[in-house]
Order: sequence, then structure tokens, then C-alpha cells
Amino acid sequence: MSMIGLDSAPRLRRGVRLTYDKTRETHVLLFPEGVLVPNKTAAAVLELCDGVATVAEIAAELGRRYEGVRVEDVRNVLTRLEERRVVEWK
Amino acid sequence: MEVTAHQPTAQPPLGMLAELTHRCPLHCPYCSNPIELVTRENELSTDEWLDVVGQARELGVLQVHLSGGEPLARHDLPVLVSRAADLGCYVNLVTSGLGLTEERLTDLVDRGLAHVQLSVQGADAETANRIAGVKAHAHKLKAAQAVKELDIPLTVNVVLHRANHHQVADLIALAERMGADRLELANTQYYGWGLRNRSALMPTAEQLAEAEPIVRAATERLRDTMQIVYVVADYYSPYPKPCMYGWGSRQLTVAPNGDVLPCPAASSITTLTLDNVRSRNLADIWYRSAAFNAYRGEDWLPDPCRGCSRKGIDFGGCRCQAFLLTGDAGATDPVCSLSPDRGLIDTILASTPSEPPELVMRQNTIKVV
Ligand SMILES: C[S@@+](CC[C@H](N)C(=O)[O-])C[C@H]1O[C@@H](n2cnc3c(N)ncnc32)[C@H](O)[C@@H]1O
Ligand code: SF4
Ligand code: SF4
Repeated sequence: MSMIGLDSAPRLRRGVRLTYDKTRETHVLLFPEGVLVPNKTAAAVLELCDGVATVAEIAAELGRRYEGVRVEDVRNVLTRLEERRVVEWK
Repeated sequence: MEVTAHQPTAQPPLGMLAELTHRCPLHCPYCSNPIELVTRENELSTDEWLDVVGQARELGVLQVHLSGGEPLARHDLPVLVSRAADLGCYVNLVTSGLGLTEERLTDLVDRGLAHVQLSVQGADAETANRIAGVKAHAHKLKAAQAVKELDIPLTVNVVLHRANHHQVADLIALAERMGADRLELANTQYYGWGLRNRSALMPTAEQLAEAEPIVRAATERLRDTMQIVYVVADYYSPYPKPCMYGWGSRQLTVAPNGDVLPCPAASSITTLTLDNVRSRNLADIWYRSAAFNAYRGEDWLPDPCRGCSRKGIDFGGCRCQAFLLTGDAGATDPVCSLSPDRGLIDTILASTPSEPPELVMRQNTIKVV
């Protein structure tokens, strides 16, 4: 599995939706065959995946919001999410 | 007696199967709908369904599967889609495709429909129409095209049985041509009309053996383009299928008349007292009703399940199957090779006729207009 490049612009795969669930007080990823609960980091990254922002831009934006965000961590999260067929990029 | 004891294992449900109607223009002899179909007069009204969807979301439901019968037979389908989508649910339409015109689909997608699950009865029009009992196949190809044009994900669902099992290779090819993102090849589960037709529908061991390598190779070949889910006939397995990932654990079903079921086939368990959304709210039914607590968790498990290491995987198997075959819904699923009742299954398999009997088509008198 190759790591996502810094200038790729990830987005949610077709048919995958991210919403906030009041009942469980967490973000959830919805798709045809089920529901996944992303951890806080993954949810923060996913909210910025619009198919336009690049990985570098996503990491920079997260860096403005939270302490100690490393671009390598963002790449790792996205690579894992791609393996689970949640995000894609060209 | 009502079970009101605190049930520490009950989590909020993730999904709701809303069977909006039993009306359907097709006559599939494998149909899992009950023999006694709910009639139109007894269906929940639009307002009642809107309220059920609201209650479901409040309870924690995130996926709403609109099914039936044929959900497109309900003219209020658009407002139900809107309500579920506006509340943040993932909305899935489970359909035969009859009545799914490009115009109707466009409207549903605009309202937030996220996914379509389209059933196909056979690989070619002749076989498919014979099984459906109407000329439905060509409509399905058009419906699939409309789904693809709107660029929403498509799952093709095929129920496998003796009359189409030899077609698996062609069914996979058909799903590819239809542009499916997922293909479910699910062997018939024997409830409702399917149970009535069991001896005609039961695939032969040769059919299963022939299909297995074909499905395996295709699954590998299509890994990145079309996910294939293959569900074998459980009568041929040594262990039962997991029942709903645990009774009352993830999903609930609301029947056309408002009865709330722990499993889509649970109306076949006549010893179960069902509650109805017309007289009790959904959360109360989910957490406190006798039906939902009857087989929840592990305390109810019989021997040999109680001491078995697979109990966390299959939860003792299917309650409906246990009831239909042994008369006791609390028994180990007789499919299990460890069940004292496994002999029942072996007898059924041994008596699979060499020439399948005639199929009894599902009776419907009402057309989708
Ligand atoms: C009862 S149908 C209702 C929706 C619609 N009429 C259709 O056929 O797609 C719901 C789903 O269950 C599947 N199904 C029907 N009878 C079944 C059975 N006996 N075993 C397994 N799946 C079945 C259908 O293929 C369909 O995907
Ligand atoms: S008869 Fe066929 S199309 Fe109609 S509800 Fe049953 S499975 Fe679906
Ligand atoms: S004994 Fe019960 S728990 Fe064990 S495999 Fe059989 S059905 Fe499952």
C-alpha cells in the first residue's frame, strides 16, 4: 500500500457519508453495508476531505486548530482510510 | 409475561428495515415475505411512517432501508426519503426496479437517497421473467442505467436457488455490465414463500460445488471494481449463519402494518408477542418489549451453544429457522452440526428431489400504478 502524496486531494468515496450522531455523541461514517465510527483524529481529517484541499493544506489547517499536528500523521490516517475504502484520490 | 428486567447488553440500533408495503408487481416464489401478506388497508399511513422514521432516528438509527414488497408502490416514498435523509440517515432503496423511472429516481436522489439495491432474478430475460412471474427483466436493466447515470452506488442482489444457481458466471457478468459497485449472491433463506417452495428451490450439492470456484475467481478478479458477497445455502454448512449479529442488537424491522420485528422473518415465530408502533413507542419496544428481550444477549442460550466457543460468532444461529423446524424458537439452530436436531436438515437434504417440483408463485392481486 503506497502512502498518499502531499499534493493529492482526498475525498470521501462515492456513497460514503460523514455525519455527527447526537445519540452516540460521535462522528459516524455511513455506507451501504454498514457504519464505521472514526476516531477523533480521523474525523477531523475527514471533515476537510473535499476533493480540493491537498494533504499539505489539510495538515496546515489542522495545525492551526490543534497542537502538534504532523503531516506524516495525516498521511498515515488517510492511507488507512483508503485501505478501508472510505476515501479516494486521483 | 413482560420482560422488564434491566438489559445491560442493549445498545441503540444502527439500522431500520422499513417494509413500507407488501404490495408488489412480481411473484418471486422465493420471496421471504409472509404467506399472509398485509393488505393495503392495514398499511401504516404517511404520517405514521414519518413518525416512525423520526422515532427511529431519535433512538439512534443511522441507516434506513426502504423495502417491502415493492417500496415504489407507495406514492409517499419521496417524503419518507426526505424525512430520513434530513434527519441524517443513510437512505437505501431496496427495489425490484419496477417503477424506477429516471424521473422518479432523480427526484429521490435530490431528496437524499444514498444507495439503490436492485434485485435481479436471472441472467437472461427468459429465465428472469419466468422466476419473477412477469416481464420485469428489461425494466431492471433500464433502472440500473438510471442509477448509474445519477452516479449513486448500486448493489445488485440475486437470490440463488435451484432454478438459477447454474447461472452464477452469467449473473456476475450481468452485474458487471449493469455497473454494480457490489453484488450480493445470496442463497434463498427459507421463510414465507421461500419455505413453501423449499423442495423446488433447494440447490443441489453439485450446483454449489460448481459455483464455488467461479465465485472465488470472480471475487479475486473484481476486487477493486465490484465487491462480491456470496452467501451459501446454510443447510449445507456445518454451522449456522449469525442471527442479525445478535437478536435485538443492531437492527429492527417495521412491517407494513406497524408490527416491530427483531428480524425480518420473525413474524413466522408464532410464540413471539409482537408490539406495534400504533400502540407503543419504538424506543420502549427496542429496550423493553418481550419480543426484543426474548433472545437478547447470551443468558437464554440452550445447550450445546452455552458452552460453545462459537457463540460469540453465530449467537446460536437463526431463531426463525429454529422455530420453523423444531417448534422451539429458543433451540440451537438445527443447521448446526452440534445441534441434536441436525438430523432434520440432513433428512431434508437427502430428500431433495432429482426433478424439482413446480414452483408456487407468490400471489399478488395488486399492481403498482
Ligand atoms: C423482500 S425483497 C423487497 C424489495 C424488492 N421487492 C426486491 O425484491 O428487491 C428484499 C430483499 O430480499 C431479497 N430476498 C427476497 N426473498 C429472499 C429470500 N427468501 N432469501 C434471501 N433473500 C431474499 C430480495 O432479493 C431483496 O433484495
Ligand atoms: S415478490 Fe420478489 S420483488 Fe416482490 S417483494 Fe418478493 S422478492 Fe421482492
Ligand atoms: S453449538 Fe450453538 S454456538 Fe456453537 S456453533 Fe452450534 S449454533 Fe453456534
